[in-house]
Amino acid sequence: MSATTAASAAANKTVKTLELDEIVVRFVGDSGDGMQLAGTQMTNTSAVFGNDVATLPDFPAEIRAPAGSLAGVSGFQINFSSHDIRTPGDQVNCLVAMNPAGLKSNIADLEPGGILLVNEDAFNKVNLQKAGYAASPLDDGSLKGFRLFRVPLDKLTTEANKGSSLTSRALGRCRNFTALGLVYWMFNRPLEETLRWIDAKFGKKPEVAEANRNALKTGYYFGETCETFIENYKVPKARITPGRYRKLTGNEALAIGLVTAARLAGKDVFYGTYPITPASDILHQLSTYKNFGVLTFQAEDEIAAMTSVIGAAFAGAIAVTGTSGPGIALKAEGIGLAVCTELPVIIINVQRGGPSTGLPTKTEQADLLQAVCGRNGECPVAVLAPNTPADCFNMAIEACRIAIEYMTPVMLLSDGYLANGAEPWRIPDEKSLPHLKVIHPARKNGESEFLPYQRDAKLARPWALPGTPGLEHRIGGLEKEDVTGHVSYDPENHEHMVKTRAAKIAGIAKSLPKLEVLGSPQGGDLLVIGWGSTYGAITTAVERCRAQGMDVSSVHLRYLNPFQQDLGDLLKRFKRVLCPEMNLGQLSKLLRAEFLVDVKSLSKVQGKPFMVRDIVTAIETMMKGNNGR
Amino acid sequence: MSQALTQLTAKDFASDQETRWCPGCGDYSILAQVKKVLPTLDTPREKFVFVSGIGCSSRFPYYVNTYGVHSIHGRAPAVATGVKMVRPDLSVWVITGDGDALSIGGNHLLHAIRRNIDLKIVLFNNRIYGLTKGQYSPTSEMGKKTKSTPMGSVDFPLHPISVAIGAEATFVARSVDVHVKHLEDVLVRAAKHKGAAFVEVYQNCNIFNDLAFEYAAGKDTRDDHTVILEHGKPLIFGKNRDKGIRLNGTTPEIVPLGGDIKEDDLLFHDERAPEPTLAYLLSRMHHPEFPEPLGVFRAVQRPTYEALANQQIATARSQHGEGSLETLFDDGETWVVN
Repeated sequence: MSATTAASAAANKTVKTLELDEIVVRFVGDSGDGMQLAGTQMTNTSAVFGNDVATLPDFPAEIRAPAGSLAGVSGFQINFSSHDIRTPGDQVNCLVAMNPAGLKSNIADLEPGGILLVNEDAFNKVNLQKAGYAASPLDDGSLKGFRLFRVPLDKLTTEANKGSSLTSRALGRCRNFTALGLVYWMFNRPLEETLRWIDAKFGKKPEVAEANRNALKTGYYFGETCETFIENYKVPKARITPGRYRKLTGNEALAIGLVTAARLAGKDVFYGTYPITPASDILHQLSTYKNFGVLTFQAEDEIAAMTSVIGAAFAGAIAVTGTSGPGIALKAEGIGLAVCTELPVIIINVQRGGPSTGLPTKTEQADLLQAVCGRNGECPVAVLAPNTPADCFNMAIEACRIAIEYMTPVMLLSDGYLANGAEPWRIPDEKSLPHLKVIHPARKNGESEFLPYQRDAKLARPWALPGTPGLEHRIGGLEKEDVTGHVSYDPENHEHMVKTRAAKIAGIAKSLPKLEVLGSPQGGDLLVIGWGSTYGAITTAVERCRAQGMDVSSVHLRYLNPFQQDLGDLLKRFKRVLCPEMNLGQLSKLLRAEFLVDVKSLSKVQGKPFMVRDIVTAIETMMKGNNGR
Repeated sequence: MSQALTQLTAKDFASDQETRWCPGCGDYSILAQVKKVLPTLDTPREKFVFVSGIGCSSRFPYYVNTYGVHSIHGRAPAVATGVKMVRPDLSVWVITGDGDALSIGGNHLLHAIRRNIDLKIVLFNNRIYGLTKGQYSPTSEMGKKTKSTPMGSVDFPLHPISVAIGAEATFVARSVDVHVKHLEDVLVRAAKHKGAAFVEVYQNCNIFNDLAFEYAAGKDTRDDHTVILEHGKPLIFGKNRDKGIRLNGTTPEIVPLGGDIKEDDLLFHDERAPEPTLAYLLSRMHHPEFPEPLGVFRAVQRPTYEALANQQIATARSQHGEGSLETLFDDGETWVVN
């Protein structure tokens, strides 16, 4: 279809454009259908347009599960809005289903009356069978509760590229852009951003670029001209803090944060790791930062990754390892060595569903107790958790600060949702970033013996680097005599060292900011407390409940060991405490143990983040109980 | 005062810690030879780092007055890799044992060697677990009766030199704890090799596996049961140097010298052969069927891992310029909100 006919046809119909606050679109199809790409393009376009965005990619663990099967469905959800949003949205307003399997496994999330765009060319006998449909849902009336649009995406894509030298298979791969083009029309998105991306990506393959451009425009014009589309929507720009923005996923933010922290400390990053989902993208990203002095080491296993980092920290680098839960299990003994040698290392855990291999591509928060307690002996480490994708940047810097200041391993708990989810990140002013002060001792005149375990006010030992004359010393996993660092089996010294290591970690609390409470810091009926990636859902739920007049507040922990100093008092100022977590109540357990507070747990372990409504319902139930008392 | 300007001696490398190996342990001799070799390497004391795992041998770093890490079981090559990548200027040594290197740490040993990272790996092989008091090790002979194998072990041993060659080692050598001069020479060669240098040292555990290598160590037996490898020279051995090793096809055989067989008929050692076939063949000569080779099996050049990794950083800097926070933050699509 040419642009001219589209324009003239468009003139023959009237399209009503409705303005909305917020829209949730989900693209679903086969794992080879390019759904992640379509979703990412929609995200970039919306972000650059000026909306706030939050995303939720959802893909199978198999790279290419059997085509058309339910197991192979890959999805990408994006929420874009004219106001501040914190979650990818509970309910889908517009579902784009590229095949029957995608429709079947996602239709339950589409709101009643929601927009349903399906690729009708994919609804053939074979695909219907693979998805377990006896009859086509497009014809049996089962979708009558939705606004169903049957779009011949394959045909449109092929027709748009008549005369192209590409094979029909290669053309078929462009149909995600045809779908995207239609969605762009439906929600009044500009095409420029994606057209630019196509040129940059396929610059060296002009016929592929041409086919994708045609597909995108054809989808757009189809919306404009096809009689069935009489309504479309727009979401105005969001009012967000002025500044320069960039879209970041949690994994990207971690990589950038680590490099930034190293710069602030005047050092280079050493990243020793072993590939594992969903943490590998941190390695991929860091391996492109070689001109920042970043050394990446793809080790032979998780244990080597951890212990190489100990060597790198001893040698003076900003030493970081990244993995997911199964990898942390393997690193545990190495983390113990880092605790005993008191070296600054950062350990990133991008949590996924467990136990064992579990759900590699799905999110969970079930490694909190592993992070806090999961080693032999009394073996404390600092534990931090970013609460949004962009916050991964801040917490990477904070992890480095604590590691350096306190000479300790720091565990950073991200998760699959933060890692792959994206949001706009306001590029910080370099001057607003903290200075990370690093001191490496040199031999002092007249000093007879270097004391590797002599401590400063924060109980940190000196970070003396090999190569420094006169400071030769040995560290290791055997218990050390305090001050001298000599091997010691003395019972009193061991107890002293165990307590000193614990006191050092507990003392980090003095350097932490005060808690930020949403609602009433002075107390009230209910406090909702969470940590990590549940921030968006909890905050949105609490705001909604407060708008309805409920006396509910929330606080979100980014520091899990030690807790912030004002946490105990805050908990005691509320009649009830609710703790939503993507596990069976691990933070609840820690809070109960630490503060003797009757924390109620709200669990969700489905490999999916909380919906706002999950939390609203739990709050309402608790408030009812409270009122009845 | 810089250490480099003064001539150091073995005494400068003695730490203030009391050595706690059993009296008579072969480790003492190895420690003495290492302390003797270090001052000859033209490297200031503060530039040495000794990294070990767990086991009797792994207490070694406490007894040399250099930088040191006594790490965890089997992981010394990985710790040392982190040190060497970040600080290629340091001389990094890994001290390990047969259990530490070949059992729990087998994976790390393989990969450190195949990467050719510039580590000096000294494996003290006593064919027994000493620190855990006498269980058989991965180098113990089949049928070994120990505390954990009262009816004899039923697993086949690994041969460290064969393992190292199989892992694409660029430098492989063997010596014996009590062959003081030979050990010293081998350690110097290892130290001067650029790349991963693997040295197996036959070490006597006089408590749990006494005299395991007596054939190679004893003054009366060693000449008939070992053959000293010298580059470019034929393999001749025996008290009277009257026996040699000849290749029969691809199989070595012991032949008498003096009769029809001349030195030129023997196998000549070539430590620089590009292919490790000959070195591997030598590594398969075992007591009692053959004299066991001592010395350098293989010494070839290949770029080191840490040099290649750091070279990429230099290349990236010359291509893209030194990274700044500004370029880090502004990478990719950005937009302005007013």
